[in-house]
Amino acid sequence: MSDTFILDGREIPFAPGQTILQAAMAAGVYIPRLCYHPEFKPHGSCKLCTVKVNGRHTASCTYKAAPGLEVESNTEELNAERRTLVQMLFVEGNHFCPSCEKSGDCQLQATAYELGMMSPHFDHFFPDRPVDASHPDLLLDFNRCILCSLCVRASRDVDKKNVFALAGRGIGSHLIVNAASGRLADTNVALEDKAVQVCPVGVILRKRRGFAVPIGQRTYDKAPISGQARTTWQEEG
Amino acid sequence: MNVAAKKKLKVATTSLAGCFGCHMSFLDIDERLFELVEHVELDRSPLTDIKEVGACDIGIIEGGLCNAENVHVLQTFRRQCKVLIALGACAVNGGLPAQRNHLPLTDILSEVYLSSPGLGNGLIPNDPELPLPLNQVHPIHEVVKVDVFIPGCPPSGDAIWSVLTDLLAGREPRLGHGLIHYD
Ligand code: SF4
Ligand code: SF4
Ligand code: FES
Repeated sequence: MSDTFILDGREIPFAPGQTILQAAMAAGVYIPRLCYHPEFKPHGSCKLCTVKVNGRHTASCTYKAAPGLEVESNTEELNAERRTLVQMLFVEGNHFCPSCEKSGDCQLQATAYELGMMSPHFDHFFPDRPVDASHPDLLLDFNRCILCSLCVRASRDVDKKNVFALAGRGIGSHLIVNAASGRLADTNVALEDKAVQVCPVGVILRKRRGFAVPIGQRTYDKAPISGQARTTWQEEG
Repeated sequence: MNVAAKKKLKVATTSLAGCFGCHMSFLDIDERLFELVEHVELDRSPLTDIKEVGACDIGIIEGGLCNAENVHVLQTFRRQCKVLIALGACAVNGGLPAQRNHLPLTDILSEVYLSSPGLGNGLIPNDPELPLPLNQVHPIHEVVKVDVFIPGCPPSGDAIWSVLTDLLAGREPRLGHGLIHYD
């Protein structure tokens, strides 16, 4: 018999070493998340997956499941906090979904839908972030980067290339390309690289592909991100 | 007496820095327009050609703020309307016009009026009748309090209808999956 903990009143089994998020995913329960990916070490930075464990806030993607924990996740309070985090991500960058190739397939957008984000609420920063179109087959649109570091982890841990890195601190944090010129064309990035597949938003884009599937017929147009929990996660995991 | 209950709600609409796509989508509620006019009466709107907004129950704003006149119209709507709705991506987050925001306004004006090819002795228009452009395009909630947001470029007729019927019935508007869209 495996150990269990309680998530929103429901008993969730877990294997030793699993985090709360991993156990919830295995049980088909949706907990919002942006910087977690089953194939990589948790980064614990976006805080979307924040739950309350025995009354205290913690990131469920880094917190190890333990027998008898009382975990709250899908509550009005936590979802309101998550909505605020997502709103801050929207105003910090430039997210013009109607002209974004990722629209409908984007996890930030789908999570915002899920949380019922009707407006960005805050004043927009409208930062100036030039795109990098130097590479013949890939476009980098930094305007939409949410600093989840998935491309950094994929390039470092899977591709063994270190093409991407996060530089700067605090509000000055930004994604950089590891080349003397700073341009993607001057790296050894390849289309097959894991780093090119993992971006949850519309930063790392294959050129000439953007509208192969029309807007309105994309992943999260068909079903909300919470409803895709089981299938998507099983594929990923 | 239930005269008050039977009185039609006054609704005003306007397009600021928008493309009228949201108004077109509003018309996409199709034959439900007949039901709507049972309950509402239009005040200022591109559909009535009334120029000044009077006291209204609902004000619907398409588009963000790109010039001084937009700000003036928005503030008048806010003063006159009990419930203010931001309709569509541009009203909600600036939308396409806000994609000029990282460029200095002088660079934009000189590119458009002075240096672009095919312009014979170009001049930057400076007629005092013309509203002054703002340095950056802003969504409307950055200037006035907004009560209801309907995102989308444009929001679907169904999304608009859902919000309007919720409001008419005195419910808090809510857009579920399929109706909430930013694209
Ligand atoms: S990355 Fe996502 S949220 Fe940002 S503009 Fe693209 S679709 Fe919208
Ligand atoms: S480019 Fe994409 S994957 Fe990389 S840090 Fe930014 S959002 Fe994350
Ligand atoms: S998914 Fe846990 S902090 Fe981002």
